[in-house]
Parts: sequence; structure tokens; C-alpha cells
Amino acid sequence: MPERVTVTVNGARVDVACGSTVAVAMILAGQPCRASVNGESRGPLCAMGICFECCVAINGVPHRRSCQVFCENGMEVRTDG
Amino acid sequence: MAKFDRARFDVLVIGGGPAGLAAASRAGQHGATVGIVDDNPKLGGQIWRATCEQEHPQTARWSEQLRRANVTVFAGTRVLHQIEPGVLLAEQMQSAHELRYDKLVLATGARERFLPFPGWTLPNVFGAGGLQAMVKCGLPVIGKRVLVAGSGPLLLAVAAYLRNCGARILMICEQTSARALAQFGLSLWREPAKLAQAFRLKKDLAGIPFATRSWPVEAHGSEALESVAISRGGKGEAIACDYLACGFHLIPNTELAALLGCTIENGYVSVSDLQETSVPGVFCAGEPTGIGGVELALIEGQIAGLVAAGQIADARQLSRQRRKALCFARGLEQTFKLNPELQKLAKAETIVCRCEDVTYSRLRPYHSWTAAKLQTRCGMGACQGRVCGPATQFLFKWNPDSVRPPIFPARVESLALRATAATNS
Ligand SMILES: Cc1cc2nc3c(=O)[nH]c(=O)nc-3n(C[C@H](O)[C@H](O)[C@H](O)COP(=O)(O)OP(=O)(O)OC[C@H]3O[C@@H](n4cnc5c(N)ncnc54)[C@H](O)[C@@H]3O)c2cc1C
Ligand code: FES
Repeated sequence: MPERVTVTVNGARVDVACGSTVAVAMILAGQPCRASVNGESRGPLCAMGICFECCVAINGVPHRRSCQVFCENGMEVRTDG
Repeated sequence: MAKFDRARFDVLVIGGGPAGLAAASRAGQHGATVGIVDDNPKLGGQIWRATCEQEHPQTARWSEQLRRANVTVFAGTRVLHQIEPGVLLAEQMQSAHELRYDKLVLATGARERFLPFPGWTLPNVFGAGGLQAMVKCGLPVIGKRVLVAGSGPLLLAVAAYLRNCGARILMICEQTSARALAQFGLSLWREPAKLAQAFRLKKDLAGIPFATRSWPVEAHGSEALESVAISRGGKGEAIACDYLACGFHLIPNTELAALLGCTIENGYVSVSDLQETSVPGVFCAGEPTGIGGVELALIEGQIAGLVAAGQIADARQLSRQRRKALCFARGLEQTFKLNPELQKLAKAETIVCRCEDVTYSRLRPYHSWTAAKLQTRCGMGACQGRVCGPATQFLFKWNPDSVRPPIFPARVESLALRATAATNS
């Protein structure tokens, strides 16, 4: 069994495999990553750092590309925007 | 506290995929001081992306060579800007770097091409390589119903990978025709290695419906994806699914090459048979010179690394292999050319620019990308047109305009740190 890490997404605890990106935690939490200019919910598209649809706030820092950041125990993640 | 570092290399390589790894290790073997930079937190590029559990065995093999050659690795680091010729600015999460070089190898790879259709902005509509990358990064897909669609050999690789991870692949929709594929299949006979690869995949893909001249017409769902309407050889069909993995072949990442002033022709960086660009001392290898797959990337990377380290005779020994692999690349381009019918997928209210929510009907009146950008903010968002640029090029035949630095949105302090460091020195 691979090790697990726990983060919070919009306040709720999410348990993911060690080495998962924050984008994965957002999908598992069933939460959108960001709200678009017109308020639509958006989630990851490219998973390689180019589309910026996966931007979230991580530990209070906004606009972080969640597909490029690994989950760490205790990380606080929030939907961006 | 954010910090600012300086470093200098005989050969600096941008991109840690197959091409970059090959270039850095070959240059390093010949005594050059070498640095390699990649935006991803781990080396390997697209095809050798690490999974949660482990590094890809190929990445491990090349990384060992990098260690032996004392190559400095900057992972999780993206190059933003050319400060002056021979000096690049890069940023990490907590720091900025000024990287000086004698010779530069650009191995920046490719990204997927996305085409707008109604509903493509719904959560759980991914790129094809995008969903594969998410799964490698920990997303479980056991029992998930996945529709794979778009164009290119990547669709097959993705479907095989996802199925091996436990997903139920409902169908693969390929936009090109069965005839174009058959012609390509015939040409594979001249490429025994590719043929073996195709056969291996065929076993992995047994039983999955493969539909040609087929594409998604609309994705439906209230909060996230629930089903996809497809056109299958001209007939409509609805498919209920959890994830749509959809990408229309690949687009080279040429932004950095363009910023440095390298000549770009028909969307690709022009290179000599020694991988030299039009800018002296700057080489380019892998997907930016033409979408040719991993074998060509490895050959080009080795040539670029050897020539950058002054080993021209060794590099020339790879010429024949390079020419053969190039033929395959040309075949790919012909086979997966986009069907003009796909231009009709975007409807008036379909969002084309996802960063700024600009719809098709707002873009339609303009005659150029530049005019549309100024008037609608299309392409002015965070992705800087990496998604909507290739889409509008296909939809409206607009040409991309010149690249402006920084080539990725930079943290303000990276630029400020560099300014402070410059005043202090
Ligand atoms: C999403 C995706 C998935 C793919 N999956 C497969 C597959 O499963 N099987 C297969 O046969 N082929 C696959 N391909 C095709 C694959 O890209 C090529 O066969 C091969 O990886 C090309 O190697 P490369 O070194 O040219 O580029 P890449 O592997 O794309 O490597 C380029 C690297 O450059 C980095 N980079 C780019 N710009 C910058 C910058 N400014 N600063 C820092 N770093 C930068 C990127 O982060 C990337 O890691 C995939 C392509 C994509 C886009
Ligand atoms: S999903 Fe595209 S940048 Fe993260």
C-alpha cells in the first residue's frame, strides 16, 4: 500500500496517494479549481502547466497551478478566484 | 524569503524530456559544464513522466548519466525571459535564477492542441495526454468510464495506459479517415521499431471500438461532465461517461525559440542537420523542430548535445538515423491533418479563449489575432494564448503575433529580484 497524505480542500479533508498533485486532490474532492471570468467552474485540462485552468490558492497563495504542485500533509487548498 | 542566484554553463539545456536529457548527457560526457532546466517538478518530459510511485526507468537511466557527467539539474524551474543575449531568467517557487550560457539547447517539447466545442470547458473534460498525466500523478481511474477522442497516435497510447490502470475505455474517436490511417500503416513497414510498438498497443487495445472520422460534438453536464454527443462517421450518438480525454495531436512549444529570435517556419523551429537554429550558438531538438515522437527526439537531442560540446564528427554519425526518423515525422503530419469539418464544432456561444471567457461570436468579426486580442482580450490571459492561439489559427486562419516576455506569467518579485541584483553588482 503506498503511503497517503492528507490535505484540506475548501476546508474538507482529502486523502491522496503520496506523490499526487494538488490537481488530483481537487478532482477527488469533487471541487472545481477556479471560477472563470463569467463565474463558470473550471478544472484541470492539460495537466502539464500550460493552460492555467487548474489554478488554486495553496496555503493562502493564490493562482498556483495545482497540476505542478505535489500534495504535502496539512496543505490548505482553496478554489481560486 | 525569496532569493536570487546566478550560474554559468558551457551548455545550458531547456527541457528535461527525451531530447533534453539526451542533449545534456551527451554534452556532459565530453567535459562541458552543463545545466538542464525543466518546469516540471521531475525530469522525463511528457512520455517519461514519473508516476506517484516511481521515476520512469528511462528517466532513471538518463539521470544516472547526468549524475556521472556532473550536470546541474534545475527541476520545477521555468525559463521566463531573455535578459540579454546569453543570459536567461528562470524562476522556481521560492527563487529566481540568472542562467548564463555559451551554447543553448532548446528542447521545450510539445503540448496538445485543443479545439473548442460546446461543453469543452466543463470540469472532467481533459486533454488526452492531460488525463494520462493526471493518472500518473495519482488520479485513480479504476472502473471509470472514459471516452478518448481527438487525433493522433497519442490517443492510442493514452487509451492503452488508462485501460491498464483499470479504466473502462468506451471508444476511441479519431478525426482522421480510415484511408489516411491505412496509408500511414503501410509506411510503418519501413520502420520496424514503430511497427512493433503499434502491435504491442494493438494487444492492449483489443476490444475497444475505434471510430474514424469521428469527434465530440458537445459535452453535457450540470456541474461536471456527464455525457458526450459524438459524430461517428457522420451519425450522431450519445455516450454517458465520467471523463473525456480529448486532444487533437500536438503543437510544438516554440515560444522561447521565437523570443530568442530563431527563425520559425510553418510553426516549427528551423534547424540545420546539426540542429543549429538561425541564432548562432542556439540549438533546438525534439518536438519544436517537428512532431516526430520519442525516437527522433532522442537522436536530435544527442546531435545537439554533441555539437554544442564541439563533437561534430560524432554527431554526424547519427545523420542517417535522423533522416529515417524524419520520414516518419512527415508521415504523421500528413496522416493526422485536421478535417475542416471540425471548424464547425464551435457554435456562436462556445468559449474559445478559456482564460478570458471570449466566445466564438465575439471573435468572428476580426481579421487578425492581433486585432482580436486588443478588442476582446482573447489570448491575453494567463496561458498567453497557448490554448486559444492554435485553436484560432485553425478556426480563423489567424497567424500568431510576435512573442513578448515573460513567456509565462512571472511572479513580480522574480523580475524585481533580478533588478535589485543588477543594481548591487
Ligand atoms: C501531454 C503529452 C503526453 C504524451 N504522451 C506520450 C506517450 O504516452 N507516448 C508517446 O509515445 N508519446 C507521448 N507524447 C509525445 C511526446 O511528447 C514525445 O514523443 C516526446 O516526449 C518528445 O520529447 P521532447 O524531449 O521533444 O519533449 P517533451 O517530452 O515534451 O519535453 C519538453 C520539456 O520541456 C519543458 N519546458 C518547456 N518549456 C519550458 C520552459 N520555458 N522552461 C522550463 N521547462 C520548459 C517541459 O516542461 C517538458 O518537460 C506525449 C505528448 C504530450 C504533449
Ligand atoms: S491543468 Fe493546465 S496548467 Fe494545470
